[in-house]
Amino acid sequence: MFHIYCPHCGEYREEEEFHAKGQAHIARPLDPEACSDKEWGEYLFFRKNPRGLHHELWVHAAGCRKFFNVTRDTQTYEIKEVYKIGEQPSFVTEE
Amino acid sequence: MQKYSGFGLFKHSLNHHEDWQRAWRNPTPKKKYDVIIVGGGGHGLATAYYLAKQFGVTNVAVIEKGYLGGGNTARNTTIVRSNYLWDEAAHLYEHAMKLWEGLSQDLNYNVMFSQRGVLNLGHTLQDMRDIERRVNANRLNGVDGEVLDPKQIKEIVPHMDCSENTRYPIMGASWQPRGGVARHDAVAWGFARGADMHGVDLIQQTEVTDLIIEDGTITGVKTNRYGEIKADRVGCVVAGNSGVLAKMAGFELPLESHPLQALVSEPIKPILDTVVMSNHVHGYVSQSDKGDLVIGAGIDGYNGYGQRGSFPTIEHTVQAIVELFPIFSRVRMNRQWGGIVDTCPDACPIISETPVKNLFFNCGWGTGGFKATPGSGNVFAASLAKGEMHELAKPFSMFRFHNGALIDEHGAAGVAH
Ligand SMILES: Cc1cc2nc3c(=O)[nH]c(=O)nc-3n(C[C@H](O)[C@H](O)[C@H](O)COP(=O)(O)OP(=O)(O)OC[C@H]3O[C@@H](n4cnc5c(N)ncnc54)[C@H](O)[C@@H]3O)c2cc1C
Ligand SMILES: [Zn+2]
Repeated sequence: MFHIYCPHCGEYREEEEFHAKGQAHIARPLDPEACSDKEWGEYLFFRKNPRGLHHELWVHAAGCRKFFNVTRDTQTYEIKEVYKIGEQPSFVTEE
Repeated sequence: MQKYSGFGLFKHSLNHHEDWQRAWRNPTPKKKYDVIIVGGGGHGLATAYYLAKQFGVTNVAVIEKGYLGGGNTARNTTIVRSNYLWDEAAHLYEHAMKLWEGLSQDLNYNVMFSQRGVLNLGHTLQDMRDIERRVNANRLNGVDGEVLDPKQIKEIVPHMDCSENTRYPIMGASWQPRGGVARHDAVAWGFARGADMHGVDLIQQTEVTDLIIEDGTITGVKTNRYGEIKADRVGCVVAGNSGVLAKMAGFELPLESHPLQALVSEPIKPILDTVVMSNHVHGYVSQSDKGDLVIGAGIDGYNGYGQRGSFPTIEHTVQAIVELFPIFSRVRMNRQWGGIVDTCPDACPIISETPVKNLFFNCGWGTGGFKATPGSGNVFAASLAKGEMHELAKPFSMFRFHNGALIDEHGAAGVAH
């Protein structure tokens, strides 16, 4: 069971209050019309799937309902850091 | 190779079963093969079997980093059905179902395929609309199916709480009588023995550490134990490790790895002779021949490679099962485990050519690939033999994520299994 620190509530809460929303920092293409099929498909469907550090988006669904980012190890499940949307992570992932 | 039969069993009993032949050889690999299959799970072994038996390609090796069938094949809850919504998926899974129906005879190996029927419960009006739509689609595709009301369900599963006094009353179900379960290990072992019998080399405890690619064409693999092994064609069937292999080949796959858990109870007397699944409350249960209740949970929402799974997920599933079967509430659970499933955005597999010539991938089966084992192996073998994708495999190309031709089976894939 994770204990996750919500940076908005400023408290640790249990995993069940949260939802994982997948990879963080995915930028929507500035000009979607100019994307090739490949670029658009990759934006929509291709996600990083590392065995190791992963930047991911979480939402405090049963709490303040706000989004934030987490850097987590997908092998050991250790949460390295929690940071707000718009902030940069201090841990670097492999890819 | 020794043929298994009732008479053979009797004969061997006379000397205390001490002189059975080994089920397969343990060969040292050759320098070169026509086809190398990476991954000795059910799908890889089935591919090898059909390549050798049906398509006459016998110069084949299966390279497995652990032991045969020790991946998700050994961790699944063995539900087999073919009632998928879309034509492409229904055709593929029904192809598998037809092979299941003759598999024990074909392999001369008892895979304990038991067509005890599969119920998919509906608890809301929307569930029922989806069920009716799916059953109608199934019938149009020649897949058996019926919509049942709670009274009919009660006749099939008398111990289930079909009353209106539950939190999520059962409003109906889809019923596929030809669905059921099979013995997972026997499937892997039966295909392994059959492949070996037709000349396939099964190379265990050997990891593929790199793919050898020259001018955009694959020419072989590198292994940790035997160095380079050459091949004209290579098929990767490595489930949760597909992303790692794809990276070696220089491209990406739209797969994400999640833990999926299951648990079994202590063995009890026969109480449930069918398979019950519910998308809505999210849980499913069947009873194995040994007597244990086999219960499946959902995937963890986050990516993970820890082969365990989270506690809230398992708790949620047990709640659902107890709600459906109050009589199970005091059954003791024996074991719980997790497997890493490679999920695709549209809940359908990838059976595909790749940007590298002569390199093929069969992956992305996610939470529900066991049921497809013979069919998946069969169409992948046909594709590897001809160097061109089988008709049933074509819609499952990895390029569908670029051209938009997705096959959205999230509804029929439903409960994670
Ligand atoms: C808990 C759970 C319940 C499930 N329940 C069901 C169910 O009820 N019904 C259903 O249809 N499906 C179910 N599934 C899904 C099903 O188990 C899988 O889809 C299916 O078994 C995949 O088979 P496979 O042969 O592709 O993979 P695996 O059996 O995982 O085989 C892949 C093999 O590749 C090997 N490998 C990986 N990398 C390398 C390498 N570099 N070199 C050499 N070898 C390598 C691995 O060691 C492994 O043996 C369930 C899965 C889980 C985890
Ligand atoms: Zn919060």
